[in-house]
Amino acid sequence: MDTQLEADERILSWLEIDLDAQLHFTSSIVVLTDRRLLAAPGNSNTGEASTHGQGWQSFSFRDGLRLTRRDHAGVGTLELFDISSRLAHWRYTLGSDIAAGRLIEHFDRQLTYVLTKQMPPPPAQALCPNCETPLLAGQEECPVCSKEIHTPPSTWTLFRLWRFARPYRWRLLAGFLLSLASTAATLVPPYLTMPLMDKVLIPYQNGMPIDRGRVTLYLSGLLGAALLAWVLGWARTYILALVSERIGADLRTTTYEHLLKLSQEYFGGKRTGDLMARIGSETDRINIFISLHFLDFATDVLMITMTTVILASINHWLALVTLLPLPVIAFLIHTVREKLRTGFERVDRIWAEVTNVLADTIPGIRVVKAFAQEQREAARFRAANAHNLEVNDKVNKVWSLFGPTVTLLTEIGLLIIWAFGIWQISQNDISVGVLTAFLAYIGRFYTRLDSMSRIVSVTQKAAAGAKRIFDVLDHVSSVPEPANPVHLSSVTGRIELRGVGFRYGTRSVTRDVSLTIEPGEMVGLVGHSGSGKSTMVNLICRFYDVTEGAILIDGVDIRSLPVAEYRRHIGLVLQEPFLFFGTIAENIAYGKPDATREEIVAAARAAHAHEFILRLPHGYDSLVGERGQALSGGERQRISIARALLIDPKILILDEATSSVDTTTEKEIQKALDNLVRGRTTIAIAHRLSTLREANRLVVLDRGSVVEVGTHDELMACEGHYYRLYQAQARNVDSEGESRPPVIVGKDEGDRE
Amino acid sequence: MTGLPDYRLERDAFGRLVLTTEDGERHEGVVPVRAFPIGAPDQGIALVDPHGHELAWIDRLDDLPSPLRDLVASELAAREFMPVIECIFSVSSFATPSTWKVKTNHGDTDLVLKGEEDIRRLTSPGLLIADSNGIHYLIRDRYALDTQSRKILDRFL
Repeated sequence: MDTQLEADERILSWLEIDLDAQLHFTSSIVVLTDRRLLAAPGNSNTGEASTHGQGWQSFSFRDGLRLTRRDHAGVGTLELFDISSRLAHWRYTLGSDIAAGRLIEHFDRQLTYVLTKQMPPPPAQALCPNCETPLLAGQEECPVCSKEIHTPPSTWTLFRLWRFARPYRWRLLAGFLLSLASTAATLVPPYLTMPLMDKVLIPYQNGMPIDRGRVTLYLSGLLGAALLAWVLGWARTYILALVSERIGADLRTTTYEHLLKLSQEYFGGKRTGDLMARIGSETDRINIFISLHFLDFATDVLMITMTTVILASINHWLALVTLLPLPVIAFLIHTVREKLRTGFERVDRIWAEVTNVLADTIPGIRVVKAFAQEQREAARFRAANAHNLEVNDKVNKVWSLFGPTVTLLTEIGLLIIWAFGIWQISQNDISVGVLTAFLAYIGRFYTRLDSMSRIVSVTQKAAAGAKRIFDVLDHVSSVPEPANPVHLSSVTGRIELRGVGFRYGTRSVTRDVSLTIEPGEMVGLVGHSGSGKSTMVNLICRFYDVTEGAILIDGVDIRSLPVAEYRRHIGLVLQEPFLFFGTIAENIAYGKPDATREEIVAAARAAHAHEFILRLPHGYDSLVGERGQALSGGERQRISIARALLIDPKILILDEATSSVDTTTEKEIQKALDNLVRGRTTIAIAHRLSTLREANRLVVLDRGSVVEVGTHDELMACEGHYYRLYQAQARNVDSEGESRPPVIVGKDEGDRE
Repeated sequence: MTGLPDYRLERDAFGRLVLTTEDGERHEGVVPVRAFPIGAPDQGIALVDPHGHELAWIDRLDDLPSPLRDLVASELAAREFMPVIECIFSVSSFATPSTWKVKTNHGDTDLVLKGEEDIRRLTSPGLLIADSNGIHYLIRDRYALDTQSRKILDRFL
């Protein structure tokens, strides 16, 4: 690189190119210096360019040079033009897009400088050095960069559950101590078999009478130990079950609370069934793991340690032989562990798939029935289930082999003890009692190992579950809360969009939209579907954050306001009004749960919903279902208008509020809306242009950009996009034989209704 | 569309495609778009203007006369970027986000998988993997991959 530069030539910026002209992955570079643009060899399609020195291309600054970037399907293209043709272009993956933007910015400024000898001022706003997001007042870390975590979570996910266990640590400690004591108590009986054998039974066989006192002592010892183990075991299980249930509940609520805070973007990318499974069954699985399996495992470890100590204290040679199979079993557990874990992770995912089929079909049941596709849906479910079976079968193949193998090893272990014990007795090294005690101990020992082997699978299951839960918990909202929030005591409702751009994945949805909406003004957004109307609304509501530019309310960037506080100023009426399960009154008061009955009724009256509500058998106390099935579309819409009215927002957003109802109902809704709009900044989207007759201004969007702004009359006069849109709609209405043409009149012309 | 098309297509000095219709109307910046990029890439290609309006429809790429076909094919090749994964060398972890080292028909590269849900199941046995930059990688037949790649892939499915 250095060899390419002339003396005292300075590098301003560069872009690493990772694709060549045929879109193959390579690595190369485009460098901007203070006098020209340099490109490393072999990565671009070039027209004329002064190539020199090992194929490097050089483009000196001159008048008419233009550097632009565009992107399509994840690939960015940097193009260099002069007045008459394209000089060169370079391709890169979007990871370098920010660097490309910076390169262009430097290029433009340097070109201006070379041509006019005047340096244009640098961009005024503080930008994040990594990604060019404008930083806000009170923001030190860039919210976009910090949300991108590319490091995988560690495998020790389960230990992260400690965060939830911490509040209960004293109870957990008590449970652990009780485990210790109860385990110790269960180890007493095998120990007592030793003197029972050596001091009572063997002497009796050799002709000595039974010592009743001794027998009573040992037997009462056995009974006492059993009773003690019973009481302690009960206390331990109870305490720990109590704690684990609470940990599980905390985990569930925390996950759900976190989930609610995540942005719309997250919900767009996830399926309901999957999220429900995470919060429901995964937390339950972790819960059971803590209360049962982990507890058992801890007890088992304790027991094995204690048993080892006791065995070694009785006879260390026999103890050594007894413990010999242990490493083999440990090895077996280890090898099977990996296989099982991956298996169980797959089972989880498959299970989510099965639920997803249900979550897809049940809400769309009308469509399924209407198109008579029950068979197909059933087949889909069967296929998901078959997949589930197949994966489970695979896992079970390994799993089923596991248990019997452990049992076999147990038997072999016992065999070794018998053999070695008999040999030792024949050598008079140990008594019969010692061998009996060993066998009694080892019987327990191995049954515990058997159950311990189960811990492998349940730990893996729980770890997989914990991972899926922490996936949710670790997900930082892409609509982050500001670090140092600015509080607005009152809002006038002035909205300003400054060069707003938004990209969804690789697709640019909106580009460079600038618009100012004055307080109390009603603005209608017009355009074809897919022109970016709903995106604009989502951006203004801050369901998503802009990728470029900024949205300001009363001159303050909405990203520096607390999210919930900001949204309190916004009333939203959607195309498909969503009613929650509950009474009508509750649904109206959804945004303001402490509203009085008078307020609710007033809002309903203003929304023209009061009368039809009174006609219902239970009035305001009527229950509405999940989707408000009992009510018509227009009625539901008016309830949702009442809901928006009740919170008395400064900004009102109507997203196709009247699209799903007929014209008669629309009129009623329109009346309700007129009440709602009064005195508020209103942004209305409507497919039917007639809905926007009250609008002060119409903003015409096309493919993510604002193409026209003005009143209906102005826009009609200039015969542009809007004119065509209007004509098309008028034609449609005519052909449908509609009696009422879509009358759109400016405010000044008054109401023609 | 059979026989010769009733329009002309050429590339101008700015590198853009220009379509001239029979009645002499010029459309600059025309782009070819595949209607079924995965299912049937060579069937159904639309030539659309920068506003997204369809200007011409090509039933099959092979039906076009040779210079025209090459022009469309080269423009498609330059626009389309859906590397086909041929082999997965290694992954940084089985938990997401995970960085994969892969061999594609566009050369070797790294991709960052943000979550398992970014692996989309196409009609079996195809898979479509979206990386963190939004590039889509295609696996045409996951059963046709080599054993190691399949094993790695299985962990994410």
